[in-house]
Amino acid sequence: MTVNGWFQIALFSAVIILLTRPLGGYMTRVFAGERTFLSPLLRPLERALYRLGGVDQCVDQGWVSYAVAMLLFNLAGFLVLYALQRFQALLPFNPAGQSAVEEGLAFNTAMSFTTNTNWQSYVPETTMSYLVQMAGLTVHNFVSAATGVALAVALIRGFARRSASGIGNFWVDLTRCTLYVLLPISIVAALFLVWQGVPQNLSAYTETTTLEGAKQVIAQGPVASQEVIKMLGTNGGGFFNANSAHPFENPNAITNFVEMVLIFAIGAALTNVFGRMVGDQRQGWAVLAVMGVLFLGGVATAYWAESAGNPEVAALGVDTIPSALQAGGNMEGKETRFGIANSALFATVTTDASCGAINAMHDSLTPLGGLVPLFNMQLGEIIVGGVGAGLYGMLLFAIISVFVAGLMVGRTPEYLGKKIEAKEVKMAMLAILILPLSILGFSAIATVVEAGLAGTANAGPHGFSEILYAYTSGTANNGSAFAGLSANTLFYNTTIGLAMFIGRFLMIVPMVAIAGSLAAKKIVPASAGTFPTDGPLFVGLVIGVILIVGGLTYFPALALGPLVEHFAMNAGTLF
Amino acid sequence: MLREVRPAVVMIVCLTILTGLVYPLAMTGLARVLFPRQANGSLIEQNGKVIGSELIGQNFTKPGYFHGRPSATTDTDPKDPSKTVPAPYNAANSGGSNAGPTSRALIERIQGDVKALREENPNTPIPVDLVTTSASGLDPEISPDAALFQVPRVARERHLSEQRVRALVASHIEGRFLGVIGEPRVNVLKLNMALDALGAR
Repeated sequence: MTVNGWFQIALFSAVIILLTRPLGGYMTRVFAGERTFLSPLLRPLERALYRLGGVDQCVDQGWVSYAVAMLLFNLAGFLVLYALQRFQALLPFNPAGQSAVEEGLAFNTAMSFTTNTNWQSYVPETTMSYLVQMAGLTVHNFVSAATGVALAVALIRGFARRSASGIGNFWVDLTRCTLYVLLPISIVAALFLVWQGVPQNLSAYTETTTLEGAKQVIAQGPVASQEVIKMLGTNGGGFFNANSAHPFENPNAITNFVEMVLIFAIGAALTNVFGRMVGDQRQGWAVLAVMGVLFLGGVATAYWAESAGNPEVAALGVDTIPSALQAGGNMEGKETRFGIANSALFATVTTDASCGAINAMHDSLTPLGGLVPLFNMQLGEIIVGGVGAGLYGMLLFAIISVFVAGLMVGRTPEYLGKKIEAKEVKMAMLAILILPLSILGFSAIATVVEAGLAGTANAGPHGFSEILYAYTSGTANNGSAFAGLSANTLFYNTTIGLAMFIGRFLMIVPMVAIAGSLAAKKIVPASAGTFPTDGPLFVGLVIGVILIVGGLTYFPALALGPLVEHFAMNAGTLF
Repeated sequence: MLREVRPAVVMIVCLTILTGLVYPLAMTGLARVLFPRQANGSLIEQNGKVIGSELIGQNFTKPGYFHGRPSATTDTDPKDPSKTVPAPYNAANSGGSNAGPTSRALIERIQGDVKALREENPNTPIPVDLVTTSASGLDPEISPDAALFQVPRVARERHLSEQRVRALVASHIEGRFLGVIGEPRVNVLKLNMALDALGAR
């Protein structure tokens, strides 16, 4: 670890904190339906969309209608994306002549992008036409993100409203999020990325003759426009197989910095939206503080482990000590321009959020360096989290925490003036238990059936980690991978596809139910017996609940994978 | 429930047109006007021919050139399309080795590379990036240490003084952005082009 490395991490954290308030204020106005500086430009377009869709923007939906609207929209998107892949050979924008994507893979990919996961069983540059990349995948990068943000805002309304029957209008939230938040930022950031070297063209792949006279075919495409929303919407599906490690997706350290900021920006700002909407910004900062502590713990562990490097490599006489002229540490699967600090930071950020973009190969991380992303996802990606999904996941833990605190003192728990009763706690537990059921259940199956074992690229405990990582990433809708796993098989495409569905929609529905039930409640005025939820005690309690729930659930599985491998590596064992 | 079908269909169609066609195509148009070189992949031409992209690494193997990092990219086997064969720096199929830290194959590969590099330059420690594969397999850069390590070999092959080659490397080191962000590095293709120019003079 170096001083410079820590300084870069601190700089990143500072930028996120500085962005939280202004972006949170802007987004609050957007979701309250107020005028913003973009309204003169976008309001006519917004109205036209409502008119075409027959949406009455004044209608306030109850939680059931809100959920139904969300599910139908996602179903429609799923079907369009599936069809686009199956017919891509007959459609335009296909200079590389890609043929139709086969059924299992098309199912997996459509599920993957609809659920904001962006798990990729395929190599993009040899599988997908430019049309699918743009009109299929890029679109879902926008709308799956907008869906997540809409749901988070609906849950916040549940807390903020009193004796209300509705939690907002899904179509309005979806449209406003896309038009006022995602598109403008994407346009500006995409141009910045192009300026820094990210390609944006519709040309066929470039054939070149290298300096040594060999042939090199350079894959191209409309990369920048997809790259931005892939980060901003915490989607993570790369234009290229190597994702944000590819020099065309992430050409230098500045683009890397901007891409990491894009991943966290909306998720962090939503905590401020939450604070503003419930009428007390400190409530939002308390939630962000919980996220911040867990984030720093993750970065510190990953950075330490990757800097320490692989003792089995050092034993061969390789210099792994960082200096002013080389990054040192574990450089297998990392890029020179990012070195150790920015690779460890990126790996933590992308799995704290549900992004899943990578700038280093997670499969080649050291055992403890790889444990950090794994554990981040298993906690449910609540550390800033996926746009929307992170906040509602964290609020579920907050509900459990006030419930635990209530049990300790024997009072009915309250959060933000709302009594937390049996129904909310049951729904929150249901949403939280869905994750381990899918992660551990599917992993257990894959480690005993032949079709599962056939996919691992590494032997020993690392092979188990590959399987565990795949179902963790799928269920948590992350999309990053221990990419050695050969996941493009019928078995993995189907089971991971199901895991993505379970992790997204089976978590969302109980969450929307909580929103509906909270909205209907009265606000109880705070009294001397009310547990304050904006102070360090609450922050500590939530962190404790998260770590205990997460730790108890996943420790045995983590012990079999990364922990065993860590001790094996230090003992010099090879597999 | 049926009430929500129409907006579902209309919204996905309209948003597909807006975010899936209008947005990327408008960006493509704008990018071409504002930043034509970058938008087309930062290609480098020499004598009217495209010889590569400054952002994409090339597979340098001749001893007279500086070499990039090992690359784990593959290509489909021409004899059997269901299999793959190693094809370093295949810019149409990016990817890493995905070898875990306790992989025997990884350690044996590094062992082999270390042995070869030791013969070439026995006196300097081997920087780790010179024996580890990059994440993309297309890393255009190496650490300054990795470039300096290769100076004796390149100087010997090109009949240049080590001092001269070392000065060339030093002039190609790109530092951190604002002295803080990123890592110092050397672009291998640009360095080798400068090396060719040096020899021609």
